[in-house]
Amino acid sequence: MTENTQPIQGTSLWKDAWKRLLKNKLAVFGLIVLGIMVIAVLIGPAIIRWTTGFTADYIPSDVGIGELVASFPPSWQHPMGTDEAGRDLLARVLQGGRISLMVGIISTIVSLIVGVSYGAIAGYMGGKIDNVMMRFVDILYAIPYILIVIVLLSVFGGPNTPDWIKWLAELFGGAGNAGLSQIFLLFFALGLVSWLTMARVVRGQILSLKNQEFVLAARATGVSTLGIIFRHLVPNALGPVIVYATLTVPSVMLSEAFLSFLGLGVQAPYASWGSLAADGIKNIAIYPWQLIFPGVTMALTLFSLNFVGDGLRDALDPQTRKF
Amino acid sequence: MLSFIIRRLLLVIPMALLVVTVTWTLVRLAPGSFYSGEKTLPPAIEANIKKKYGLDKHWLEQYGLMMLNIIRLDFGDSLKYPDRNVNQIIRDHFPYSATVGILAYLLALALGLTAGIVAALKQNSAFDYGSMTFAMLGLSVPNFVLGPILVSVFSLTLYMFPPARFGGFMSLVLPVITLSAIYMAYIARLTRAGMLEVMRSDYIRTARAKGLSEKTVLLKHGLRGGIIPVVSFTGPALASLLAGTVVVEKVFAIPGLGNIFIQSVLNRDEPLILGIVAFLSILIMLFNLAVDISYGFLDPRIRYE
Repeated sequence: MTENTQPIQGTSLWKDAWKRLLKNKLAVFGLIVLGIMVIAVLIGPAIIRWTTGFTADYIPSDVGIGELVASFPPSWQHPMGTDEAGRDLLARVLQGGRISLMVGIISTIVSLIVGVSYGAIAGYMGGKIDNVMMRFVDILYAIPYILIVIVLLSVFGGPNTPDWIKWLAELFGGAGNAGLSQIFLLFFALGLVSWLTMARVVRGQILSLKNQEFVLAARATGVSTLGIIFRHLVPNALGPVIVYATLTVPSVMLSEAFLSFLGLGVQAPYASWGSLAADGIKNIAIYPWQLIFPGVTMALTLFSLNFVGDGLRDALDPQTRKF
Repeated sequence: MLSFIIRRLLLVIPMALLVVTVTWTLVRLAPGSFYSGEKTLPPAIEANIKKKYGLDKHWLEQYGLMMLNIIRLDFGDSLKYPDRNVNQIIRDHFPYSATVGILAYLLALALGLTAGIVAALKQNSAFDYGSMTFAMLGLSVPNFVLGPILVSVFSLTLYMFPPARFGGFMSLVLPVITLSAIYMAYIARLTRAGMLEVMRSDYIRTARAKGLSEKTVLLKHGLRGGIIPVVSFTGPALASLLAGTVVVEKVFAIPGLGNIFIQSVLNRDEPLILGIVAFLSILIMLFNLAVDISYGFLDPRIRYE
């Protein structure tokens, strides 16, 4: 309603950026693909269950009991073929997509929370504290992240799983999902190793912001240090943070796939695109579709995410717009 | 300049020791140990094992002994391969990783730089869009998908290259291509962005204004500033490539350091983990130092304090 009564409407940074993003054809393509992917993953398994009467992760092909189960190539009945156990691969890919996309979202949120707080505190405090905190980041950079993930998984895995992770897993998958809570633990572990660059990005932003007048004004009016950091400084540094977060999503998804490829990530009966591709690699010479469909689905998603990330960067940073 | 290099070189040692300390803490934090298997050991045997490996001492003493060994660059014997020394393992497996890694990075540099420069010069042309989409593809296709697909096309169908095993030039082609894809994509994108920014800067206008040929402007002035992002990327990238990349080593059965490291982590083989992490961190810091030094040659405005 207010839009009609105001003759001239100012555009906010975000509206402006959104407009610029929509002008970028590749980014729009990416957004559409991602939208389709999310919807397919959300409602796909339910539709499959409704049309075939089987749960998404098990649709028997026409293999009788006692017959040698072989993987069938793509057909009308099984658009992506079937896997080694005769399960419909499309259903598995949709099911795996849930976990793969969830890795992208949850791990990125974790890395966002840790990285932004860490970088903002280091940048605002400055001096010795900043120096020590950033040297610690340098040290973590030099330690292969896979070591940290494995240690986190073994420290907090199995019986030591924190209750809130079990609670989250139950929220998504129903009660009694010991396997699912291990997957959620993996999400958090991946988030906890992906915040380093985010912390550097945020620190750089805060360093350039903290000497501006609005910070001085906030301090003069008695806002607490934490209040200044999180209510005044961080919102002003959000642009680069969002851009970097969209680029973190594909990178954590790749890390999850890589861990699943090594057999350390998502384990049966659960699947992710990475674990499906890892299964497919074993049979590449005989059943190539087992690798190609999960691999291509994942590549397409990452491709779109990267385009959206690039588009966001151009949209939120008008300086690079001319490129 | 010299004092800058010396200061940075001196910093490598305490940083590497800190990295080792954090790694040691991490390894010790995780429950279980290298000798714990499916069966629980009788307490007497466990006590004997602990005594043999010095695990019965106070943790501070264990830490001190470990650090002393690291400072002498003697990483000790592997716990899982008792007849093999950690230094020996690194010496044996590093050359494989290094060969594949260096070749992959050279290939990535050659193609990535060319594509990036041409794309920047012909901005918004078909080549620009084509090569950048291709680069995006390189960033998006996981290498454990790319590798097996290359194998199934070029080895199992066309019989052009061997599918696995390390030996001779032909066996290197597929792993090097697989490994270089993502780096090539990064370098092409960084080069394009860097060149676009530099070619608009004032000193390029000056160079043009004083009548230099376009070729000189591009190669002598533009390129030096434009590839700075690529140079910054090279330090960590080359270090991680040299340390071995697990996926390519697994897919192509190359006996490199990456797989050894993963195995050592899974085996809780503490000396081997610490040895490889120390080696890797020193490598990263030396490459970063080399990168920082080369900035001065590329951009005369950069000074060392």
